[in-house]
Amino acid sequence: MSQVLDTPPPTQAPADDLKALAARHGLTVSGARPSLPEYIRQLWARRHFITAFATAKLTAQYSQAKLGQVWQVMTPLLNAAVYYFIFGVLLGTKRGVPDYVPFLVTGVFVWTFTQSSIQVGTRAISGNLGLVRALHFPRAALPISFCLQQLQQLLFSMAALVVILLCFGVPVSASWLLVIPALVLQFTFNAGMAMIMARMGAKTPDIAQLMPFILRTWMYVSGVMWSIDKLTAKDHLPHLVTVALETNPAAVYIDLMRFALIDSFHAKQLPPHVWAAATGWALLAGIGGFIYFWKAEETYGRG
Amino acid sequence: MAEHNEHTQLNGDPEGYGRTAYTTPAAPADRIPTVVADSVDIVYRVNGTGAGRGSATAALNRILRREQTEKAAGVRRVHAVKKVSFIAYKGEAIGLIGTNGSGKSTLLKAVAGLLPVESGHIYTNGQPSLLGVNAALMNDLTGERNVYLGGLAMGMSREQVKERYQDIVDFSGINEKGDFITLPMRTYSSGMAARLRFSIAAAKDHDVLLIDEALATGDRRFQVRSEDRIRELREKAGTVFLVSHNNKSIRDTCERTLWLERGELRMDGPTEEVMKEYEAFTGDKSDKTGKKPAQKKAA
Repeated sequence: MSQVLDTPPPTQAPADDLKALAARHGLTVSGARPSLPEYIRQLWARRHFITAFATAKLTAQYSQAKLGQVWQVMTPLLNAAVYYFIFGVLLGTKRGVPDYVPFLVTGVFVWTFTQSSIQVGTRAISGNLGLVRALHFPRAALPISFCLQQLQQLLFSMAALVVILLCFGVPVSASWLLVIPALVLQFTFNAGMAMIMARMGAKTPDIAQLMPFILRTWMYVSGVMWSIDKLTAKDHLPHLVTVALETNPAAVYIDLMRFALIDSFHAKQLPPHVWAAATGWALLAGIGGFIYFWKAEETYGRG
Repeated sequence: MAEHNEHTQLNGDPEGYGRTAYTTPAAPADRIPTVVADSVDIVYRVNGTGAGRGSATAALNRILRREQTEKAAGVRRVHAVKKVSFIAYKGEAIGLIGTNGSGKSTLLKAVAGLLPVESGHIYTNGQPSLLGVNAALMNDLTGERNVYLGGLAMGMSREQVKERYQDIVDFSGINEKGDFITLPMRTYSSGMAARLRFSIAAAKDHDVLLIDEALATGDRRFQVRSEDRIRELREKAGTVFLVSHNNKSIRDTCERTLWLERGELRMDGPTEEVMKEYEAFTGDKSDKTGKKPAQKKAA
């Protein structure tokens, strides 16, 4: 027993020597945050992981349901049906809005894309701690991957939307191609928001409890089931409120999609400078969110 | 044994071997360090301790009054690892032993970069990978998907994953009793899931691999296979850390052992010597082949 040291070994190397030794052999501090260019490079190297993870999550989503993948299309349609019943029939917001059903369904689908991206983003880190603690990869892969899953989900919904549009007599037109840039911009915005929420959700899990309320409020002011331009046309609103309603990113992306798809939704119904606003929001959220997320990279999954 | 002799020579003190720190600052140039721990302290902060601190008002109080001292805010500090220093070299397999709650898992997490250190530094060669019993993969996905995604997440290319897929499945032995790899992981037994996790993580050649009790869940046949794989990883110039309560497993795989007790590094030396002291300390004369329950997080 006398050989056993009760205290740490007394002949420890002085701190400077160990540091110098580590430096000499090119060892780095464990768990340190990589530089931004290095981080982007690592993330790019994991692009196959991001897409494979999104696809796997999407297909696993309804794997326990009897109807399986049918729910990919059923869920958004049922959502739209509920909103139609409440807002279209009971509250009568459809008065004065031409092609109300396509108008509503487009709004619901586009809004759902942003809403669910933010929701899954909030739990992207806190809900996947096992994965985060087991394997090393740039953590931004998780929120981005979850947004990609939501985008795939939206594409399913869009297929259903096209059928609805054709059923309600909306003609196919060249403006449908505008869907692509609109979706690219919205995806960038959503990914940025998801990364911001992922960092906040990782530090304060309580955020996840709060998000449904914030998102519902946001939905009601975004003109998902009513027409913003009808409201702003009446001039009893303060200017500030009008500007806020029109530059709201969710409203911008929803109106862009309506403009692209529905022939009776005219350019004059769009908020002013709509493409500039859509691009601005995408860049602001995308770049800002990415940097904000990267700043805390070394803290994810700790404790 | 050749390796053992080499160590002894390098230490230049065959007699005092094990009594002094095993790591010497004057390590010769031909031994390349992969992990350097420089007087590492790790402190856990636990919220919601103390009388009445779990209540809603206390939680609000904690949020609103950030500036107050930790003690007043009901935060308890747990000093889990105290002033631990060591150097691990390429090609070494190092066992970590100690009674439950002595800080073994905590130390591994810090080496993996998953826990911040309070003071001191941990330097590593590349990014160490931690493999523990709690490392959950995606339960709603099939084993097949998990292999694929795990490989991609570790930074393997799609071709590499395809190439090694069969090896990983064969190694895990999941398909020995039928086609289980195409079932969701939630249907696996805990042993099967642990085996698959280990197989995925071991498929890549890690510079530093940290294994926390991961072998304890597998059956004997799988344990033998994993020990072989650990040896193989070492030969490919990697460093392996192994936490286990199975003394035989440590003896079979590691030639060097660190003994942590109450967060302090109590002994560092050749496995046989450290084990002898440890067994005297725990009052266990015979080799333990049985398993203890999974070690809890040191707190």
